[in-house]
Amino acid sequence: MITAFFNQMPVLVVVVPLLAAPLCVLAHRAFAAWLLYVLASWSAFGMAFLLFVQAKIAGQVSYAVGDWAPPFGIELVIDTYSALVLLLVTGVAALTGIYARKSIASEITIEREYLVFALMLLCLAGLIGITVTGDAFNLFVFLEISSLSSYALIAMGPKRRALLSSFQYLIMGTVGGTFLLIGIGLIFMMTGTLNMADLAERLPGVYDTRTVQAGLAFVVVGLSLKAALMPAHIWLPNAYTYAPSTVSAFIAATATKVAVYALFRFVFTIFGVGYAFGSLPLGTLLLTLAAISMIAGSLASIFQTDVKRLLAWSSVAQMGYIVAGFALASTAGVSAGLVHLLNHGIIKGALFMAVGAMIWRVRASSINDLAGLGRAMPLTSAAFVVGGLSLIGVPATAGFISKWALLSALFEAGRYGVMAVLLVASLLSIIYVGRVIEALYFRPLPDDVSHHQHGEAPLGMQVATWALIAINIAIGVHATPELEATGRAAALLVGGGT
Amino acid sequence: MREHTVLRIVSQFVIAPILLYAFYVQFHGEYSPGGGFQAGVILATAIILYGLIFGVEAARVAVPPTLLRIGASLGLLIYGGTGVATILLGGNFLDYDRLAAHGGQYYGLIVIELGVGITVASVMIAIFYVFAGRGRQNNPDEDEDHGQADDYDADDIT
Repeated sequence: MITAFFNQMPVLVVVVPLLAAPLCVLAHRAFAAWLLYVLASWSAFGMAFLLFVQAKIAGQVSYAVGDWAPPFGIELVIDTYSALVLLLVTGVAALTGIYARKSIASEITIEREYLVFALMLLCLAGLIGITVTGDAFNLFVFLEISSLSSYALIAMGPKRRALLSSFQYLIMGTVGGTFLLIGIGLIFMMTGTLNMADLAERLPGVYDTRTVQAGLAFVVVGLSLKAALMPAHIWLPNAYTYAPSTVSAFIAATATKVAVYALFRFVFTIFGVGYAFGSLPLGTLLLTLAAISMIAGSLASIFQTDVKRLLAWSSVAQMGYIVAGFALASTAGVSAGLVHLLNHGIIKGALFMAVGAMIWRVRASSINDLAGLGRAMPLTSAAFVVGGLSLIGVPATAGFISKWALLSALFEAGRYGVMAVLLVASLLSIIYVGRVIEALYFRPLPDDVSHHQHGEAPLGMQVATWALIAINIAIGVHATPELEATGRAAALLVGGGT
Repeated sequence: MREHTVLRIVSQFVIAPILLYAFYVQFHGEYSPGGGFQAGVILATAIILYGLIFGVEAARVAVPPTLLRIGASLGLLIYGGTGVATILLGGNFLDYDRLAAHGGQYYGLIVIELGVGITVASVMIAIFYVFAGRGRQNNPDEDEDHGQADDYDADDIT
């Protein structure tokens, strides 16, 4: 029985949240739907952890859906790279479950609450599916599942602008999805297969055709749109700003990270390092875009008046850091990019949760409205400060670990220009984090507002926020396990693809 | 459009065959063109036609939104449940051969296509209701205050 469960885990980790979603809709009660969400996300997290251990021991876990042998049927493959991203996604989803109850209740009418949890489960199932699948077309399907549910989630935001920003995201996201599909279609045309491992074997024979080059271009553009890399980031600030706070925290910590995962799964595993970064100038292109992202995202962030929008623009900048690491295509670089992918997911999740708790109290999200909250909500404000310091990259936080890894990888590759950009962007992040902290601690509480009557956020919101902050500090103090795991994943990606 | 005699009579004749055709496509899907998605859409067009001719309210009575909510989720559960059943029978997810000694693939396909059909039909009708009911569900108080405006709405739709 136990071994049977272990064998079925790669598919169960997707199926559990996927089937919990219709159960939520059938239950039709806010509390029951929330309970289902918590159960499904925590069991997915548990399975993700077991899969991570399995992948560490066996190197790779493979599963044939429907018992059809791999190159023909859909194969699920979990290696260290996917297991790490899987841990991030399910972990954040599980903590969001604890956080969600009160936050959702304050922003969405009770009749619609069950829909939020059902959609979050679908989104989670899609994101998990992207990380575990070993089939290029299956990846597209899961990407669409997660995207469609996130459009609906964002549209449920409390302000009417949420509808417009969701529509904006829908247009950009659909363009991205279509580009990915065209890219997959082109490489399928040349090789006649959709299995990732099989594609990696067959593509070298047709490397020099326009079709494959165009295929790579379409895949990269499509997934960059999903990952909100600089010229294609325009949907992100609105989407994160107007979504319900819980959804902002969940999506900011997972969705773009999974898109980056998929992008480099295609580039490294399917197309191969030598092709994308050797014969084609993808490395230079991505590094340039990443550098622009860092500077422009940080600059835009400084001038925001809405705290959620400020964090969203900072996400655009942070995506630059992540992509810069991967774009070096060296073991150190990919490892650094992956470390920052995980760390930024944890940091941004915590920050959005802290801000969500403040919004829960003040019912407004402009920086001016947060004035003096440092005294009214000491714990939440402290969580924001620690998260903010981590975003800047202060030692003993996770942000420091990833920035140090990134800087040393850039130094090793001799990219001094990008190093300088990264340092400048970090300095800029001091300014925008500082603006929020200034409002929290150095401005008086407005006297006339009655809802400021002290009182912290509810326990669930506190626990989830501080859990992410604790992980953040734990990584900052003792990063060896994480660095060792990402190092293994990087060696696999860079070494395996050539 | 209730007052258009031709439309009303013709649609009365047509709706039942459309429904029958939907079931034909549904249950022949596994070895001939068609299947759950197409059948679901065809089934939905029958209800949508009914709604267009006799009014959305009449359609809502015939196929209540609650039924659609249950149908949409039930279909997905049937599909996924088949997969879970094959796991419980000792196979991999959606390994239909486990369902029966002979023709497991056949039974498996019929069941999952049924799930697809139920979900697609429910969702298509639900989308029609949402668009057709726009403006009345969102502000129910307004409808009560301005009964006249509600009538204009109904005219626009039908």
